[in-house]
Amino acid sequence: MTHIIVTVSKYILIILFAIYTYDCFAALVNSKNEERANRLYRKQTTLMFMILTLAHSVMYLVKLDIRIIGLLVVEAVYLTATLIIFKNMYKYGQKSLVNNMCMLLTISFIILARLDIDKAIRQFMLACVALVITCLIPLFVQKMKSLNRLAYLYAAVGFLLLLLVLVAGSRVYGAKINIKIGGIAIQPSEFVKIIYVFFVAAMFQTAKDFKQLAITTVVAAMHVLILVASKDLGSAGIFFITYLCMFVVYTKKPALLLLGGGGSIVFVWLADKVFTHVHKRILAWSDPLSVADDAGYQITQSLFAIGTGGWFGSGLYQGMPDKIPVVAQDFVFSAISEELGGFFSLCLIFVCMSCFLMIFNIALQMNDSFYKMVALGLGSVYATQIFLTIGGVTKFIPSTGVTLPLVSYGGSSLLSTTILFAVVQGLYAKYHLEVMEKKESELETGKEGREETKKRKKG
Amino acid sequence: MKPEKKEEKRLKKEKKAKNREFVIIAYMFAALFVALSAYFCYFLTFKSDDFINSSYNPRLNSLQTANIRGDIITSDGETVATTLTFGPIEKRSYPKGREYCHAVGYAINGMSGVEKEASFRMVRSHDFIIRRLYNDITDQKNRGDTAVLTINSKLQDAAYDAMDDYQGAVIALDPDTGKVLCMVSQPTFDPNTLADDWDSIVSDETSSVLLNRATQGKYPPGSTFKIVTALEYLNEGGKADAPYNCEGEFSFESTTIHCYKGKVHGEQNFTNAFANSCNSAFAEIGLNLDVKQYGKLCDRLLFNKKLPTKIADAGKSSFVLSKDDNSSMLMQTAIGQGDTLVTPLHMAMIASAIANDGTLYKPYTLDKIQSPGGAIVMPYFKSRYGDIMSKEEAGNLKWLMRSVVTDGTGSALMTDKYDAYGKTGTAEFSSNKDEAHSWFVGFAEKDGKKIAIAVVMEGAGSGSAHAVPLAKSVFDAYFE
Repeated sequence: MTHIIVTVSKYILIILFAIYTYDCFAALVNSKNEERANRLYRKQTTLMFMILTLAHSVMYLVKLDIRIIGLLVVEAVYLTATLIIFKNMYKYGQKSLVNNMCMLLTISFIILARLDIDKAIRQFMLACVALVITCLIPLFVQKMKSLNRLAYLYAAVGFLLLLLVLVAGSRVYGAKINIKIGGIAIQPSEFVKIIYVFFVAAMFQTAKDFKQLAITTVVAAMHVLILVASKDLGSAGIFFITYLCMFVVYTKKPALLLLGGGGSIVFVWLADKVFTHVHKRILAWSDPLSVADDAGYQITQSLFAIGTGGWFGSGLYQGMPDKIPVVAQDFVFSAISEELGGFFSLCLIFVCMSCFLMIFNIALQMNDSFYKMVALGLGSVYATQIFLTIGGVTKFIPSTGVTLPLVSYGGSSLLSTTILFAVVQGLYAKYHLEVMEKKESELETGKEGREETKKRKKG
Repeated sequence: MKPEKKEEKRLKKEKKAKNREFVIIAYMFAALFVALSAYFCYFLTFKSDDFINSSYNPRLNSLQTANIRGDIITSDGETVATTLTFGPIEKRSYPKGREYCHAVGYAINGMSGVEKEASFRMVRSHDFIIRRLYNDITDQKNRGDTAVLTINSKLQDAAYDAMDDYQGAVIALDPDTGKVLCMVSQPTFDPNTLADDWDSIVSDETSSVLLNRATQGKYPPGSTFKIVTALEYLNEGGKADAPYNCEGEFSFESTTIHCYKGKVHGEQNFTNAFANSCNSAFAEIGLNLDVKQYGKLCDRLLFNKKLPTKIADAGKSSFVLSKDDNSSMLMQTAIGQGDTLVTPLHMAMIASAIANDGTLYKPYTLDKIQSPGGAIVMPYFKSRYGDIMSKEEAGNLKWLMRSVVTDGTGSALMTDKYDAYGKTGTAEFSSNKDEAHSWFVGFAEKDGKKIAIAVVMEGAGSGSAHAVPLAKSVFDAYFE
């Protein structure tokens, strides 16, 4: 009987998530119609709780582990709290972005409970810490105006942290990513990403001459090189592409994107020839089955999972995602695809896509060039990371070993992504506040009512 | 009011210009994600089977504990593999035994054939939902889905019977679709006792019963290669009615090429030389061919590359002739005796392209997956590879291959039931001139219905004596 319930539930989960995904894009298009946006927002929230409840109930039926029900209750409370906190913290926040953040966390809760309940519990506690820290972000954003003067401090902090990993980091699958402090593994590059965006944005804002531009580029390049030396190729890619995007916006030369793209292909080609660990990964990408028990082990296991799951998935607990190495971290997407289905994963890709489109949309709307640059940089960090991780586990591009933000197991990734979302929210709210204040002052000076409606439309 | 509106517009325009790069970057990322999603869909639809059925995939075994591995049946409904259950014990059984051993393959020790290709599909079940629910409640296993072959049992019987005790292979294709209509390889193994015989089979290095000679066996093509040589000759401006006087042998420098059994063909033209399989004429033609063009033609005809087929582990044919090779090598190659090696599947594909005006369809053996109740779960469709020769080239070869049947070595195929075309071959494979493989490569058609075939019987002797009658019995069964 359980089997039938699992089978039926997998279709329901796909349908619920598909509707949610559709609404994401509806919200993106209708962001200016406030009433409609609110309606969509409420609908999405309902769908999210339905997915959370259904998946956990099914898992409980299969495993009969009471901890799953316990998790369901505290997670539901947590999500409600997150929604309320964000709503109050940022009166003019971008609601669908918060929703997406919670939806991705929901998927994370489900798949981690499925893979390893102990990890799910630990991740939940980390999520609580992340929520507390997120509450401090508004303070930070308030002070943002002065933040753009601290460029060299950012560079120094980020640089030293990365250097520390290179020297004292522990090796994970050949790459140095973590440092261990008191038994807790921290992944500094996750946080340096954000500092780095602030650094570049601050430098660009004050850059008047070629010299400062050159300094910025050199410092950015050094970040990337340290990461390459640590063999953390995924992060190196994220730092490089983010810089490229910000540079293109600053110089207003979109053609540089092509140059950067071409340059990275040449770089990868060279790295393939020079570094054996890069060569191994490229080989594992081009023909994984030929090295299935060696370099291609991870990627073939991932593709077995995705392929065997097919479009509709095997259903919760019906697959074998635990055969994939580091499934809870880098390969969480494959586990989702195997058990919840290809359609579900496709929706997940679209939800992530709508997230970064919303962030770019926020960057578009703002007036202040520093904020714009920060939002753009953070959006690029997020988009690149998703692309590298999902592209890597599906064999679209060679695997670089990065986590899926908000979904993968791991405190640093979770914390840094919630901070990233909170900062973007803060920027958006701040912009709205400014618009409102301006409007009010204009009203005071006796401007026409027409003007006001125009502004509201804009908002 | 008006200037205000203008101002508003100007501001908007300014903002737009300021945002141009932001929009470009957003579009760039969106494009990357669309490409990623498209690739993901492509992988799930077309590529995932390669991975699912890999023997490294640990999931197949787990599905087998939920469902009973399904049957394999021929296109006309004959069961060739099934799973018998004795209480909790399951045993894979092959009612037709050795006859289908290579086409169906085996499901132990890494798997092969359709047992491998459809493995994942057969351990999944799309049985009636009510029955599955009933099985679920009563804790019974579901019956897995059925794999349906493209192979027709009548043709398979005809080929298997006619093969007699000879070693070798027969493979027939439907040129319009690429469906494999029959596939026999000998020596065979008994799939019902393979598990017990495995160690002795694997340890016996001289035996190669597990090898599917139809798709993996590499043979010297003998005179069947004259199809390729003739095409190159015509392409280089050779005339079908060019005269040649055969004296039973042809010598150049220190090499002498003999016609089969030293037969003197006398005064004849090129078409006759093809029909009579005159080695002397073809050896002389070979000397005058442009080696580079010859190699290019072979590349186009899929030599030295992975054959475009869904059949796993199909072997590569090889054609290795370079400008530096001596005249002897050139002459030998032209009559199919050099270092050239072909698989029967490859020769059947060339014949099928000729039958089909040059267009080749990728050969496949798995027609569809159906539920135990007979509902289609997953159909496999024909897949066009492309034109490996022009319509005109195919037409010329057709004409030559027809002359083999009307007044050449394939005259046993002359019948009013269908029109047959082909080329016989007698391929020497050792220094002992009396030992030769008997070859036939060709096709037959009637009212738009076609069949292409390649037959090779090891050590049987001349093509017309053994391979042609075998092809005839398959053709007869097909056009019955």
